[in-house]
Amino acid sequence: MKTPRALVPVVIGLLILGGWEWFVRSGRVDDVLVPAPTQIGEWFWSALRDGSLASATWVTMRRLMLGFVIGAAIGIPVGALCARSSLARDTIGVLSLGLQTLPSVCWVPVAIIAFGQNEAAVLFVVVMGTVWAVVIAVQESVLSVQPLYLRAAMTMGSRGWHLWVHVIFPAALPGIISGLKQGWAFAWRSLMAAEIFVVILSGFGLGSLLHAGRELLRMDQVVGVMLVVVGVGLLADLIFFSPIERWLRRSRGLER
Amino acid sequence: MPAHPSSESHSQLTLSNVTKRFHGRAGLVTAVEDINLQVKEGEFLVLVGPSGCGKSTLLSLLAGLEQVDEGSIKLDGADVVEPGRDRLVMFQQDALFPWLDALENVLFGLRLKPGLTDAERSEAARYYLDLVGLADKERAHPHELSGGMRQRVALARSLAPNPRVLLMDEPFSALDALTRDQLYGDIQKIFTQRKKTIVLVTHNIREAVCLGDRVVLLSPNPGRIRQVFNIDLPRPRRINDPALATLAADITTALSAHLAEPKEGLV
Repeated sequence: MKTPRALVPVVIGLLILGGWEWFVRSGRVDDVLVPAPTQIGEWFWSALRDGSLASATWVTMRRLMLGFVIGAAIGIPVGALCARSSLARDTIGVLSLGLQTLPSVCWVPVAIIAFGQNEAAVLFVVVMGTVWAVVIAVQESVLSVQPLYLRAAMTMGSRGWHLWVHVIFPAALPGIISGLKQGWAFAWRSLMAAEIFVVILSGFGLGSLLHAGRELLRMDQVVGVMLVVVGVGLLADLIFFSPIERWLRRSRGLER
Repeated sequence: MPAHPSSESHSQLTLSNVTKRFHGRAGLVTAVEDINLQVKEGEFLVLVGPSGCGKSTLLSLLAGLEQVDEGSIKLDGADVVEPGRDRLVMFQQDALFPWLDALENVLFGLRLKPGLTDAERSEAARYYLDLVGLADKERAHPHELSGGMRQRVALARSLAPNPRVLLMDEPFSALDALTRDQLYGDIQKIFTQRKKTIVLVTHNIREAVCLGDRVVLLSPNPGRIRQVFNIDLPRPRRINDPALATLAADITTALSAHLAEPKEGLV
């Protein structure tokens, strides 16, 4: 019988964790600096039981979703506009390209000065993190739609809005989806930066939990929250982006 | 099927003194010059010539995808200024939309045609898929079909909205010989059954003789009409017919003679 593919990584993972645990327990390092896996597990369990982890995750996810949706809602039409008009491309397009290279943490001081220590500041940072990547991706994928599709559609009488909805958008969809995925990753990074730097009374997110762990010198909490952040990112990819991308590839024959 | 808006005019498609220029790397290039041509209702006209003779440009002009610089193109007396449903195009690559299945691809043009119910549209789409022998492939996406099948779907898609003229831009050139022979048969069957006006562009002289009622020979630099051949062979024609091969050889000889002619203005 064939061994399941998941078996090997699981065994290797357990070996690493076991080694780590043994290393910390043997007293070779200070467990304040390097907590053992079981200590992180203990924090995780207690944070789950008192509800602080769930509420922080919820607060963070809500901000992320809202910021991402706003960023995409601005980025998609603006990207389409940049693809259509060379004037927009030379102005907004070039600006987007520049701002996309700006690390999103750089927006934090701007946000704090402009909005103060509040929810709007966090949202602003997330939107700024998302929107430029989406603009660039949409612009590029619309520009690279095969002219042959447009010629064919136009001979059949498709124009303007119909051409956009039924030809350009579906043809550009794979590129738009990967742009959204990139926008999501940027939004996630910028949100963490915002939550660590902006102290907000309206909600205590994962970034705040991470920050609190630092102030309390609780390495178990810091590492634990980091693992949750990684988990959320993976999960978003697994349950949202990957299925869409797989469906796109399969329905267009780009897989197998 | 919706009734064909039949017109009694003798020549349906009229090209008068058509000239088209492009900005190339070497300055202004004349793609076609002073083309005069009339295509009759229900005629199968073939434009043939070597690369650079402007035959594809001519087809783009007929499709309305490009505009003439001089002269005029009229369909049923009206100027051709933009792409339109009355002149549908079969391209060299199938140009099917990969996100739609075969039936949806055929329906694309039909949905843009006003005055039909959804039931009539579906019925027409299935009728044409059946006509090209792909009734059982209506749910297949383009990538699940062979090159020949894809061109058949493209043919169904161009025929379904019942255009006045079907324009074909080397639609067989990317296919293998066997599939091509099959499609020659299909096209002739459809042409005789549906009495469609067809303009085909090709560089394959045998293909031109096999399909055309009239073969227009173009010469390059700039693209001009050199000679017109009437093909009176009975249909259906087979590409391997010796009579057809003889005629094709005559045209090839004529083409070589034109190409060998010294160019005016050249030393």
